[in-house]
Amino acid sequence: MTLYELIQAERAKYPVDSQSAVMPALRLAQEEHGWLSPEVIREVAEALEETPAYVKSIASFYDQFHLAPVGEHLIEVCTNVSCAVVGAQQVLEAFENECGCHAGETSDDGKFTVRTIECLGGCGWGTIVSIDHHYRTYVKPDDVPQIVEELRGE
Amino acid sequence: MASKQIDEIVLANATTSYAAYGGYKALEKARAMTPAEVTEELMTSELRGRGGAFFPTGRKWSFVPSKEQLPKPHYLVVNADESEPGSFKDNEILSRVPHRFIEGCLITAHAVDCSHVFVYIRGEYSGPYEILVNALEEVPREVLGGVTLVVHRGAGAYICGEETALLESLEGKRGQPRSKPPFPAISGLYAAPTVVNNVETITTVAPIIAMGGAEYAKLGVPDTRGTRVVSVSGNVVNGGNYEIDAGMSLRDIIYDLGGGMADGRELKAVVPGGSSTVILTKDEIDVGYDFDSLAQVRTAMGSAGIVVLDDRCCIVQLGIRFSEFYEHESCGKCTPCREGTRWLTAILRKLEDGRATQSDLDLLLDVCDRINGKCLCPLGDSDAIIVASYVAKFRDEFQAHIDEGGCPFGGHSSLDHVLAPVAMHTHSPVTQVPA
Repeated sequence: MTLYELIQAERAKYPVDSQSAVMPALRLAQEEHGWLSPEVIREVAEALEETPAYVKSIASFYDQFHLAPVGEHLIEVCTNVSCAVVGAQQVLEAFENECGCHAGETSDDGKFTVRTIECLGGCGWGTIVSIDHHYRTYVKPDDVPQIVEELRGE
Repeated sequence: MASKQIDEIVLANATTSYAAYGGYKALEKARAMTPAEVTEELMTSELRGRGGAFFPTGRKWSFVPSKEQLPKPHYLVVNADESEPGSFKDNEILSRVPHRFIEGCLITAHAVDCSHVFVYIRGEYSGPYEILVNALEEVPREVLGGVTLVVHRGAGAYICGEETALLESLEGKRGQPRSKPPFPAISGLYAAPTVVNNVETITTVAPIIAMGGAEYAKLGVPDTRGTRVVSVSGNVVNGGNYEIDAGMSLRDIIYDLGGGMADGRELKAVVPGGSSTVILTKDEIDVGYDFDSLAQVRTAMGSAGIVVLDDRCCIVQLGIRFSEFYEHESCGKCTPCREGTRWLTAILRKLEDGRATQSDLDLLLDVCDRINGKCLCPLGDSDAIIVASYVAKFRDEFQAHIDEGGCPFGGHSSLDHVLAPVAMHTHSPVTQVPA
């Protein structure tokens, strides 16, 4: 199905005249394009019969929507308290070293975006790292080289 | 322990298939009752909401007007936007017992006469989302009985756990809280009568109907009936979720279930119910984990996220990290929260860096006062309340930061130089206190 058709399928789940499909539509568009460029925002807006400004106002509110390009792999390290007291900062720094970029940045080769993230809801299994939206638990700095190696191989 | 995919841990004992769950027997029982009888059963059980506000579930359902009184569709919205630092129970509940959860949704839909259920699940929970969607596909059409269940994914916003912000978000708007009244029971999703319940609450409904409300009410203690899933994390040996009888002592939760302090360290403090709750010192943990007992020590169960902190934790840094969280997650609608949370971070940072004078400590508490109770929702209040509690209970440590011109931990705190998302893009200390 095309993005337009996928978005129409989402719209059908909600009452007619509601704007509820905006978030599912943005998610679908981002999965297809990697990030939400102005062109993609316009495409989503047209599919939803909304204005691009409205759609962008929603995209800009939520942390998971990317309004700038991200790397091939998204690495998000939880640094909230429960993870931090068991070493999340050291895990983050290990990822920065292995990926060759600071938190909040994308590596020069475009392979990785590394960033910190607020509580991921896995506090008792820290440090939690979300890699391409799937959680890894009990991550230690020593685990990081192997994780990054695996991602490079993909 | 080597890092693992979460599925290996959580799914080891999960019952994710419909066949293994053994059918929806409690749902059958509920559908043989009238909606009013089901609600009555919940009232008898004395179940109170597990999301944090602790409102009696049966009473909440009873507020929904009949369709004769208000001719509009009814909605059930389940809050699966679990984002409170320290809480991860709903994650595991959805992953382990998705069918018990779905059965609870269907029983509740019957009780409040609704045929549209929306489950708002936080966007980061890809694992639980997939498990839930797969479980839903297994449910036979006749069991659904004409009820449509839509799983709506969030996209990373703590504020959407607040029920009116969640409804805004579900309507395709920015997740900003509404003013109340009207309450969702009268005017909620699409301005129609709506019941909003937490995942754990909904998952408790089926067992209550199966065993009977009166039987359920025999569990736990007065005012906190039944069981509670607590999330234990931080500097303990065995972090994880544990289902306890309400009223179990916090000390036993930490030392028996949690296995005690990790790395042979000393206990310093406990955040008892998620980041938003008043801190307890190591001398305050001989308290029952229930509503009344925790209220007596002026704190709350909240969303039952118990964060255990050892003697390496600098309390000023704890305040910074949580304030950075609230600053990041403030939706920006109310000025005291939007500006105040940033100020709290900045003043705490000034203390931590040794730039603070005595008046900054007063200013800190003054800012807390100027946030607390002055916004539409409790997000800013939470920051104000917890920071004030850190000062009240660890004033000597705050004073030492002023007297010694910096952090007495000298760079050896467990929260030293932790990079928060709010500070990420500058990669430097957050904001300076405006002159």
